[in-house]
Amino acid sequence: MENWKENRRVFWTLGAPPTIWLLAFFIIPLGFLFIMSFSDKAVIDGQVSITEYDYLTGIANYIRAFESLYLTIIWKSIWISALATALCLLTAYPIAFGICFAPERWKPLLLLLVILPFWINLLIRTYALIAVFRTQGYVNKVLGVVGVGPFEMLYNNFAVIFGLVYVFMPFMVLPLYATIERLDKSYLEASLDLGASQFTTFMKVTVPLTMPGIISGVILVFIPCLGSFLTPDLLGGANAIMIGNVIERQFKAANDWPFGAALSFLLMYATFGALALRWLIASRSKGVDV
Amino acid sequence: MSEPIVAIRNVSKKFPGGVIAVDDVSIDIAQNEFFALLGPSGCGKTTLLRMISGLETPTSGQIIIGGEDMALTPPNKRPTNMVFQSYAVFPHMTVAQNVAYGLKVTGVESSEIKRRVAEGLEMVKLTALADRKPDQMSGGQRQRVALARALVKRPKVLLLDEPLSALDAKLRDDMRMELTRLQETVGITFIIVTHDQDEALSMASRIAVMEKGAVQQIATPSELYEHPRNRFVADFIGKVNLIDATVLGQKGRSISCDAKGLGKIEIASDKAVGSSVSIAVRPEKLRISKGRPENKSVVKLEGTVRDVAYYGDTSHVVIEGKDGLNLSVNVQNDTRLGGAGVERGQKVWVQWAPEDSIILTE
Repeated sequence: MENWKENRRVFWTLGAPPTIWLLAFFIIPLGFLFIMSFSDKAVIDGQVSITEYDYLTGIANYIRAFESLYLTIIWKSIWISALATALCLLTAYPIAFGICFAPERWKPLLLLLVILPFWINLLIRTYALIAVFRTQGYVNKVLGVVGVGPFEMLYNNFAVIFGLVYVFMPFMVLPLYATIERLDKSYLEASLDLGASQFTTFMKVTVPLTMPGIISGVILVFIPCLGSFLTPDLLGGANAIMIGNVIERQFKAANDWPFGAALSFLLMYATFGALALRWLIASRSKGVDV
Repeated sequence: MSEPIVAIRNVSKKFPGGVIAVDDVSIDIAQNEFFALLGPSGCGKTTLLRMISGLETPTSGQIIIGGEDMALTPPNKRPTNMVFQSYAVFPHMTVAQNVAYGLKVTGVESSEIKRRVAEGLEMVKLTALADRKPDQMSGGQRQRVALARALVKRPKVLLLDEPLSALDAKLRDDMRMELTRLQETVGITFIIVTHDQDEALSMASRIAVMEKGAVQQIATPSELYEHPRNRFVADFIGKVNLIDATVLGQKGRSISCDAKGLGKIEIASDKAVGSSVSIAVRPEKLRISKGRPENKSVVKLEGTVRDVAYYGDTSHVVIEGKDGLNLSVNVQNDTRLGGAGVERGQKVWVQWAPEDSIILTE
């Protein structure tokens, strides 16, 4: 078959719909928000307008984003996301490893179990977590039988972190599974044969050689964690507010689109930063393909 | 034989699913031997090697290394090291780090590590490439890294799994000599797994031929070639003409038998009367002549040349005799002009000395 890229008509027929889609529903709205982030609400007759804007007035919105109130929330979002990502990694690694070394006929079923939660709406899953963790929830009921508790487990940082780990776990398991599955097991055997213990083999051979999967998983979990608003909204209550919730409020309750846009773009730059970090690590660890 | 360095006693390995990879194998391997496990793929030779290294556990039987039963010793505690077929050189470490790995993880002092790594790299002539990463190296160089990495551990036994199979022909010859040289210098017992009979014959001091999980014969290369114990070994090691025959009678230390295409012939053997045997004779032991051989004591037959294949140093001639008997004859092309000296369709005589025949019953 000839290269379809060389045939112009085929190229445009195949390439146009996605290009138009991306342009109309992604690039243009994003560009609009970018302009919005440098704008301000218009003041008409001494009153702040609800619908009108003064465009490209300056970087006041970005300066406001660096007020300590928002910096605190951004910082908190970062450490909550980081902790949730770390917990995800710690739990997902053994799971991925277990699936890789499971008998061949069990693998599809085990992978299905990992993906299964995706088939249920996020909202329903989060409400289910509330049923598990609330004061009269299942966990406290079980603890009550033993005579402990009840504990306040909802509407705090713990609940948010647990919720994030629960929601994003598959994003960590799948890339890890893919790299561990591809890992030539003779590297592990060689390490054992050379006198290393199972633990040393894991730390010095398995982890470095599966680093591409670890990095992909960390990024796939950390970035959506950072931007998440549903989980902290439902499980965190007023105490555990994250930057996603602040942005959501600017666009809805506060009706301050310019400031919301500025915060959104700051979040996006942070994401670019994370991706740049990944690229940096990847280019340094040559020989291990990332 | 003095105390064997590796003693394999009635070892069997059954995989889940019922496949018997190794079936009641017993082998004694002496100190400083260059021992080869030879057989077609799937004969269980690699499984046996992995059981010696501890990467696989025998279903039954005993593996004794240096006088100690290894049943409860994990691979990282065994005095063996392995060179893997895929080399398994760690891609995230430099050559020097790879070679140092086995010493580092067992807590060898750092000055000692430095010294032994330098020594190991010197031994495989890789000193100049110490700081390279494996992805910048050829297959042959990676294999040297794997060799050095295993040898600096100073194992009692070095295990090599198909060490030459991934190399191209020229490199394979060099590496073959290199391995023999290394084995002589370091004085470590080498156990090599191979499916290539040339490799085994040219390097090993002794060879165990395996088929279907069982050992068929353990012998020196020349013994295997000239005195194979059964049809499988005769056929697997080198080329052979197998001629079906029935023993008719015994006369002193020789038997007379009725061979397909040859009629009644007499050969020194002690096989029982009435048994059906195979007369095995190597192609290079046969001679072609245009006229009927004068010598009465030789085995001879008349036939037609069916095929002549030219291989440079030799030509392989196929001659068809009576009763559909086909014989392969190797002819040395010892002059530039002569070639095999025969052509297709020509009537010729084939002869060989009766003592060059091997009588096989199994």
